[in-house]
Amino acid sequence: MTDVAQLLHSRSFVELSARERAKGLLDAGSFRELLDPFERLMSPWLQAQGIVPQADDGVVIAKGTFDGQPLLVAAIEGVFQGGSMGEVGGAKIAGALELAVEDNRNGIPTAAVLLLETGGVRLQEANLGLAAIAEIQAAIVELRQFRPVIGLVAGAVGCFGGMSIAAGLCSRLIVTREARLGLNGPQVIEQEAGIEEYDSRDRPFIWGLTGGEQRYACGLADAFVADDLQQMRDALRAALAAGEPVQPRSRRHQQMLGLLGGLGENCPQLDAAQTRALYKGVLQ
Amino acid sequence: MSRGLQWIHALAQGPEVAGFPASVKVIDGELDNRPARFIAVVPDPHNPFPRARQGEVGVLEGWGLAKAVEQAIEADKGGQPRVLVAVVDVPSQAYGRREEALGIHQALAGAVDAYARARLAGHPLIGLLVGKAMSGAFLAHGYQAQRLIALDDPGVMVHAMGKTAAARITLRSVEELEALAAKVPPMAYDLANYASLGLLWERLPVAAIEQPGEADTASVREVLTRALRDIGDSRDLRSRLGASNRALSSQVRERLRAQW
Amino acid sequence: MESLSFTFPAGAAAKRRALVGCVGSGDLEALLEPGEAGVLTVKVLTSVNGSGPRWEQLFQRLFSGQTWPALSIDIHDFGATPGVVRLRLEQGLEEVNHD
Repeated sequence: MTDVAQLLHSRSFVELSARERAKGLLDAGSFRELLDPFERLMSPWLQAQGIVPQADDGVVIAKGTFDGQPLLVAAIEGVFQGGSMGEVGGAKIAGALELAVEDNRNGIPTAAVLLLETGGVRLQEANLGLAAIAEIQAAIVELRQFRPVIGLVAGAVGCFGGMSIAAGLCSRLIVTREARLGLNGPQVIEQEAGIEEYDSRDRPFIWGLTGGEQRYACGLADAFVADDLQQMRDALRAALAAGEPVQPRSRRHQQMLGLLGGLGENCPQLDAAQTRALYKGVLQ
Repeated sequence: MSRGLQWIHALAQGPEVAGFPASVKVIDGELDNRPARFIAVVPDPHNPFPRARQGEVGVLEGWGLAKAVEQAIEADKGGQPRVLVAVVDVPSQAYGRREEALGIHQALAGAVDAYARARLAGHPLIGLLVGKAMSGAFLAHGYQAQRLIALDDPGVMVHAMGKTAAARITLRSVEELEALAAKVPPMAYDLANYASLGLLWERLPVAAIEQPGEADTASVREVLTRALRDIGDSRDLRSRLGASNRALSSQVRERLRAQW
Repeated sequence: MESLSFTFPAGAAAKRRALVGCVGSGDLEALLEPGEAGVLTVKVLTSVNGSGPRWEQLFQRLFSGQTWPALSIDIHDFGATPGVVRLRLEQGLEEVNHD
């Protein structure tokens, strides 16, 4: 295809809703949603606080196939409450992953992909969100013993809080230029540590430090993909084919403690370039 | 001396295992006549990372916890997996620029991965809450445990975010947040409300939480022993489901199964 | 948050159901499902208090212009403007009429 033809055929992934993303990734016609919005399994906790709920609680669970193989897609809708994890949405993801584990025990090789657009715990459901995230994490680790769990952070919300830890547990992680990945949201760091430590309004600084390109360059993500549905499918295909890494990122404590030990007794502030240099060869 | 440090020494009764960051304490002892590794994160005023000097879980702590648990998994392969007790007194994860740059999320994932795989490999895993169990720090240290036990004390609390930050993020005043927390159990900061979610296996009172004596230590060890026996051969987190304040977590799973 | 409900005359039952929109700032989600023949019911859960008369007016205009199929519509509104409400409902109508 020529560049122009490619441009005409390209379809933004970031602009799609969670449901459209899930549909777009699965084989055509194979999308089947579980606990769809018409079941109205909504957050009672938001309503009790006078906040309008969403019929699917911001999480789409779909079963289908990818290149003919069974795939579970859990997609978080970043537009609803910042993609935050409450009791219902969290249980949907954890429960679906647990059923994918059972599939594998029964000889059905279901893999999973998580579309992560989330600020982390929904503070209006605080402890129930946190508990659900612990269970999502447990299920990711368990499913990985059978089939890969692929994380995909596309943007525009990014992936933060407890769900960034979940991203760090995935077998493979796909990011875009629009993606951001970090434990603490910029606002919270500024609140806790001061504006000199972290200026939440300095967008180039934040993207430079936590953006998809930087995370990929450091080896904290495995694929850096353009915002295009077809390229996203290709990256997912490659990630599933590559399977579980020989030494997953989350098991590199030896290398990482070595790296951190080299930073001295008073770790200086680090910028994006210094971090990349430090990480060279450590996680790749 | 922090609560975490007090309690790990009281319960484990042995020398600290060398080779860890100063903020990660590891002691090998026993529980119910079975080898047990006790692990705690403690304040280190000389921590190379200034945002992690008060017992927060930062990059060193995340990877240090991962190492402590991986070591146990490796050493016990083919033999009897030792018990793991996470002594939890963690005020928060570390909030800082260095931490985000270095991928603190990945460090915490290292700890979660190790704990979860240890549990799946047959290491009974108990979380003992002696102080704060906050947010990402708790996810990395304790929340993968099959049984959670909390000492009954106002200083023991579980939450997703400190009050000031939570108020700012949800565009409320601290007073409004507190008023809501009083009505909405998952938003509360106290143990009784947390217990109503079904996530705690047991709460027990102690006489001197800051400086445990022999009687306190013995009663906590007794509860740990009962928890260990209760875990039996189970390797999952299912025992947390079932409370009426968390009914939807069960309902969602049942309905998913029916449609699967 | 306020909960409102409305009823309007309608035609035959819609053929299928549809979901449009999202509960994001300035937007809404609407769940449209086939209803009892001749009746169109709308339930609105909105973040904007005191907006009953505005919804009433908007629906009057929208549903009297043409005969809508019988539907039961659930709206979860997060501050959508009348223009967005109209757009979403017309989008939903197109989907429920689609063969």
